[in-house]
Amino acid sequence: MPGRVRHLSATMPLLEARRVTRRFGALVANDAVDLAVPGGQAHALLGENGAGKSTLVKILYGLLQPDAGEIAWRGAPVPIPDPRAARALGIGMVFQHFSLFEAMTVAENVALALDVPEPLPRVAERLVAVSRAYGLPLEPQREVWRLSVGERQRVEIVRCLMQDPRLIILDEPTSVLTPQEADGLFATLDHLRAEGRAVLYISHKLEEVRRLCEAATILRNGRVVATCDPRVETAASLARMMVGTDVGAARRNATAEAGPVRLSVHALSLPPPEPHGVGLDGASLELRAGEVLGIAGVAGNGQDVLFAALSGEQAAPAADRIILDGAPIGREDITARRRRGAAFVPEERLGHAAVPRFRLSENALLAGHATEGFAPGGLVRRSRTLDFVDRISAAFDVRKGARDPEARALSGGNLQKFVVGREILRQPRLLVVCQPTWGVDAGAARVIRQAILDLARSGAAVLVISQDLDELLEIADRIAVIFHGRLSAPLTAAQATRERIGLLMGGAAMAEAA
Amino acid sequence: MRLVLEQRGETGLALRMASPLLAVALALASAAVMFAALGADPLVALHAYFLLPLSDSWGLQEVAVKATPLVLISVGLAFCYRAGVWNIGAEGQFLVGALAGAWLAIATHGAAQGPWLLPAMLAAGALGGSAFALIPALLRTRFGASEILTSLMLVYVAELLLDWLVRGPWRDPAGFNMPQTVTFSPAATLPLLAEGGRLNLGTPIALLVVIVAAFVATRTLKGFEIRLLGEAPRAARFAGVDAKRLTWGVFALSGALAGLAGILEVSGTLRQLQPGLSPGYGFTAIIVAFLGRLNPVGCLVAGILLAVTFIGGENAQIMLRLPLDATRVIQGLLLFYVLACDTLLLYRVRLLRSVPA
Repeated sequence: MPGRVRHLSATMPLLEARRVTRRFGALVANDAVDLAVPGGQAHALLGENGAGKSTLVKILYGLLQPDAGEIAWRGAPVPIPDPRAARALGIGMVFQHFSLFEAMTVAENVALALDVPEPLPRVAERLVAVSRAYGLPLEPQREVWRLSVGERQRVEIVRCLMQDPRLIILDEPTSVLTPQEADGLFATLDHLRAEGRAVLYISHKLEEVRRLCEAATILRNGRVVATCDPRVETAASLARMMVGTDVGAARRNATAEAGPVRLSVHALSLPPPEPHGVGLDGASLELRAGEVLGIAGVAGNGQDVLFAALSGEQAAPAADRIILDGAPIGREDITARRRRGAAFVPEERLGHAAVPRFRLSENALLAGHATEGFAPGGLVRRSRTLDFVDRISAAFDVRKGARDPEARALSGGNLQKFVVGREILRQPRLLVVCQPTWGVDAGAARVIRQAILDLARSGAAVLVISQDLDELLEIADRIAVIFHGRLSAPLTAAQATRERIGLLMGGAAMAEAA
Repeated sequence: MRLVLEQRGETGLALRMASPLLAVALALASAAVMFAALGADPLVALHAYFLLPLSDSWGLQEVAVKATPLVLISVGLAFCYRAGVWNIGAEGQFLVGALAGAWLAIATHGAAQGPWLLPAMLAAGALGGSAFALIPALLRTRFGASEILTSLMLVYVAELLLDWLVRGPWRDPAGFNMPQTVTFSPAATLPLLAEGGRLNLGTPIALLVVIVAAFVATRTLKGFEIRLLGEAPRAARFAGVDAKRLTWGVFALSGALAGLAGILEVSGTLRQLQPGLSPGYGFTAIIVAFLGRLNPVGCLVAGILLAVTFIGGENAQIMLRLPLDATRVIQGLLLFYVLACDTLLLYRVRLLRSVPA
């Protein structure tokens, strides 16, 4: 009899989606989707942006209701009217975009999300215990607004784990972790699976999926196009199933000759934007024409200040700390630097690079008003901004429902292509880009990386600040690491192994490298 | 069961135009219920409020006279609010503008006055209102003080300043000790547009301001920067917008327009300073600005509508013995419904039923 019970539990899925269909107007986001996740399995959900992954996951977590089909839990159909019901069943979710109250402490945020109220000191105690057990260190008394992106994600993960879920849904969890931290998370996930818990894993990092997951469901245009065992597939074959065509890596130009120094930064120190944050501590770098320099590092180590200092959103203490083409520009604002041929792509698409409720033409004006002749004499020429939108859309394959929609109507990948294209089409002499492909599907990421490489090949200097090490290894000629506001000496592509950079990202051997 | 608000996708132009119309319709319906509860025939009351003021030349002129300051002030406020700068003190800027312009008229009263006087008074009014508005701008950009509180509190400063001046140094010596200044000479008075009415040059000035403001708001880079700052401050910094300078700019502009409204009201309509020279134009203009969707042309339409309620309220007081407070309730209802309709426009209300598991 015990054998029979084991057999049952092995075949009956913990969670099952049966013919789940969900429409948004004319768009069928999920079209009769089937998904089965047995207990103890790490199951990958793969697909391009807009393939319907988010919709399916929101239905599983009770945030959306299906128009047709049903969800079964341990074999029995269940309604999941809201996330509370999902959590009561044992489904936990870690979102890609954080839902934390900035002004509250870590412990308060966790306490608020508990369905059964607990006194705050006990929450803090449990939080510390859980975060230690899973290698995700957190200080319960820190306010969330002081935390970096990476730390915020840790709060989300720990908050989910504290609910003791049977099934954990993770949406792009490693995009802000160092390789070592990601390894720690994978160990955690293995541990959870050994306890019989299931993991539904959404990621664009196919190597990661191959390493971690034993099954994968692949969505394209709202339909399941394949289920497979990712361990016996290759990253290329997985990508082919997702996109429907071949996806190559961005092509490097191996013979690129680095030109003269275009941008140099000398011993630049800047205070952190808030008391407990990280600023810049004597950062120096040299960037040559025609090369791509990568800045690796875990979130919250001063990348935002480095970007603000280079873009001119934050002025340097002295003009000669930053030199562009021989001119000291440290005290110039972003508009003056754009006029010198510099271009910038910040990390946050919505609210920084683009305004969600503004049309694309207005978002084109936002960055190009000083250099593209959009507003001669202070009068906006809408036809010119619209033409620019058309050119970006054509060159970067920005898919949109109308000629000039609001930015928020675009998917993340398409908006990122627009934001990157907006800068690259200007043929800048210097491009500083932060997290160029965060949360972007494989196809869009390839387009963006190729555009960055092509720009460098045409003689521009490119600085890429990214937490995605694979990305930097793919496109950068040299890689420096930022840790606690300090920049390491750059490693050449040949020297830059995943291990060496990973150690630097964790703060080890900084002195040796510098 | 509970209600949730879900953000809608892109909102179409038709829906955006329909929202204020719906708000007006709902306010009218609520007003009708209120009139009935007060014992008046709702149809007669609505007629007195909203149709009678528009039914003859006198009424139309009065509506235009009342709408002029509302439109001028609200256009300035619309720029502030678009930029995310919450100037609540237009009433004070209106009064200080009136004082600054009137000072010229009083100082030169009985002396040689020429055609330069009127333009100088208007300029002084705009500058006075502008300078007064820069106080909260300074406190905000230099010390981080909430401009909502400082601009509001400065209204009381302006009211008391006016009160002191008309009871003290600026009191008309031949005025039987009444708290008022001399009546302005013709050289310090705005010309009337038609004999026998009160319609004066202020109204075309307001129309001109609306046209210029609409152009600035929709077609110029400055107008774009103002919207950008209010919509996404971080993106504004990325675009190279100097938030401090723009904050100063919109405060100065809205103060100037409020001050201009003040001196136009004094030199065109009242012709002297007296306490309580504003029936709360600066506050009513906040309603106008939002009812007009923070859009200059919208402010024009909304300003006329609110002016109608002022005149209609007087009609209703006289004809139906309805209290003055009824007018304020109607104005409040309008703001309430405008904000409610906007919310329903941007969000969709969904009723979530909890299904027994």
